[in-house]
Amino acid sequence: MDIFLQQVINGLTLGAVYAIVALGYTMVYGIIQLINFAHGEVVMIGAMVALTVINLLAAAGLPPLVVLLIGAGCAIPVCMLVGYGMERLAYRPLRRAPRLAPLITAIGVSIILQHLAMLVWSRNVLAFPQIIETRVYTVAGAAITNVQIAVLLVCVAIMAGLAALVYRTRLGIAMRATAQNAQVAGLMGIDVNRVIAATFVIGAGLAAIAGVLVGTYYGVAQYTMGSILGLKAFSAAVLGGIGNIPGAMLGGVLLGVVEALGAGYIGDLTDLCRIAGISDWLTQRCSGGGHFVLFGSNYQDVFAFVVLILVLVFRPSGLLGERVGDRA
Amino acid sequence: MKARGSRPPVLFWSAVALIALVLVVLPFALTQIGTSWVRITNLAILYVLLALGLNIVVGFAGLLDLGYIAFYAVGAYTYALLASPHFGLHLPFWVILPIGAGIAALFGVLLGAPTLKLRGDYLAIVTLGFGEIVRIVLNNLSRPVNITNGPQGVTGIDPFRIDGLSFALTSKLFGLEFSEPTKYYYLLVLVVVVIVVINLRLQNSRIGRAWEAIREDETAARAMGINTTRLKLLAFAMGATFGGIAGGFFSATQHFISPESFVLVESIMVVSMVVLGGMGNVWGVVLGAVLLSFVPEVLRWTVEPVQMSLFGRTLIDPEVIRMLLFGLALVLVMLFRPAGLLPSAVRKRELTERA
Repeated sequence: MDIFLQQVINGLTLGAVYAIVALGYTMVYGIIQLINFAHGEVVMIGAMVALTVINLLAAAGLPPLVVLLIGAGCAIPVCMLVGYGMERLAYRPLRRAPRLAPLITAIGVSIILQHLAMLVWSRNVLAFPQIIETRVYTVAGAAITNVQIAVLLVCVAIMAGLAALVYRTRLGIAMRATAQNAQVAGLMGIDVNRVIAATFVIGAGLAAIAGVLVGTYYGVAQYTMGSILGLKAFSAAVLGGIGNIPGAMLGGVLLGVVEALGAGYIGDLTDLCRIAGISDWLTQRCSGGGHFVLFGSNYQDVFAFVVLILVLVFRPSGLLGERVGDRA
Repeated sequence: MKARGSRPPVLFWSAVALIALVLVVLPFALTQIGTSWVRITNLAILYVLLALGLNIVVGFAGLLDLGYIAFYAVGAYTYALLASPHFGLHLPFWVILPIGAGIAALFGVLLGAPTLKLRGDYLAIVTLGFGEIVRIVLNNLSRPVNITNGPQGVTGIDPFRIDGLSFALTSKLFGLEFSEPTKYYYLLVLVVVVIVVINLRLQNSRIGRAWEAIREDETAARAMGINTTRLKLLAFAMGATFGGIAGGFFSATQHFISPESFVLVESIMVVSMVVLGGMGNVWGVVLGAVLLSFVPEVLRWTVEPVQMSLFGRTLIDPEVIRMLLFGLALVLVMLFRPAGLLPSAVRKRELTERA
């Protein structure tokens, strides 16, 4: 099997999901310069709601795809409501407050959502019902499952839909105007509060879909799943240039692929036995096909951050971010 | 400094004396409730140290650092590796603490140097990534050569020892019993007082004012002839140094450390302490740290009995209620006091001017 192609496929699938979550971060950031730390928890709630609904419908004898769609169909409005609620209660009152205040409320909201979810869905790792039968196709020596294909297709469709929304509709124009200058946008007759609320709701809807995709792809869900996913997605958004929608898509996909390739190759690359000749001690250790791996695949989570730091050192406003002056 | 003289000195010094008296008596009062409360207090003091260190970076210089716990980890691991059976090294603490602080400062510069150009939230995510990298490396550095003992952590870390007086044993003095946590308590209080004084002096110094200028407008600060590069690095290094010292104390008081103590949530906790208390205000930060470390503990001890008396049984997992209330408290405090509980003078000025 071709390891390279295999890792690229896995990376693309994961990256597409990162991208969807990253879009939620980046849209909110673009419009009100807030890191919505609770966004990852919305993804988790999406996955959990879908899981519950699918389990309830399991006995009904409906076709699996319909059940999954109903699950997603229930998760999306719930997440939208959560997104709207947190904007209204925790962020809107602080729009003129010092910059770090909403960050702390975001952390507070994240803690609250996580523990509410723990209350409802227990602290255990839950099995996400695998109702779609997995089929494996072989392409040029690499395996790709129907779930992976579906995840990729859904993500591409969402990205295209969002791009159309932002660049083609009146709401999109209002969003971009508000992002550029909320005050002036208000003077032009745009209801800034509604636009911001809409941004949160759309981001939360995307998060719900991402939650369903992650659950289906990995087959598990837990109340903590949002944090690490949110962290990666946020990194992806920053990597692409936070506030920039195509940037979030690029950043997400890139991060996913880098992570997968890194995990696949780092062990081989840092196996000192490849250069065993440089010292007797190493030669001894490596004799008989032994390995002396400096960094194994358990460093997988480091890659995302190393790449992020390297990119930002050379391009301080991300890959596609504009060079903006101080927003102070 | 002249302007400060307007405060009635008698009142000021009697307040200081009162606080000092409370601090001296506190461990004995707490021992009456339970020795564990002295330990909790010691942890709270460590958080005060951390929050004060982070305040230099976030509050004074305005650089949002979400990976601050990494420096704590560096200090803690330095102490643990140089004073435990893990490598068979048992150096005295007054040798290790400066080493730990130095290594932490080095890490601070290491993080600061490449990120000088970054602003605001870009810096936040890079520091966050840095913190995670340090934790993951500590977690995995048990292979191929065992350095940190991986997730199992380092055990049997030496306590402090001053001239034959070990901090691990209970000793008697003037008929009073000084248990292990009580001894550390006095040591930590001493350290906190020193660091608070350093912070207060720093704030109004040339360096402190330069940091404030950078925080308010970096470009303008540079135009005024401030060497922003050097001062930002200095902020990172000083913040990291305090974190490293706190880490050393953490190792010594706990006797055991593992990467689990240095997760992202801890960093976020320290940032919350700084912001909630009032960024840039030393007393606000101290208050924030004390509150956020004690409130969860107090809730831990009250939530279950309250449920028992109300419903006769435990309806909801106390841990969940504790965290829910904690999250709610963060949100509410920020909603009603966006600049923190004790806002710094500059913030106060800004808020009133805007209104």
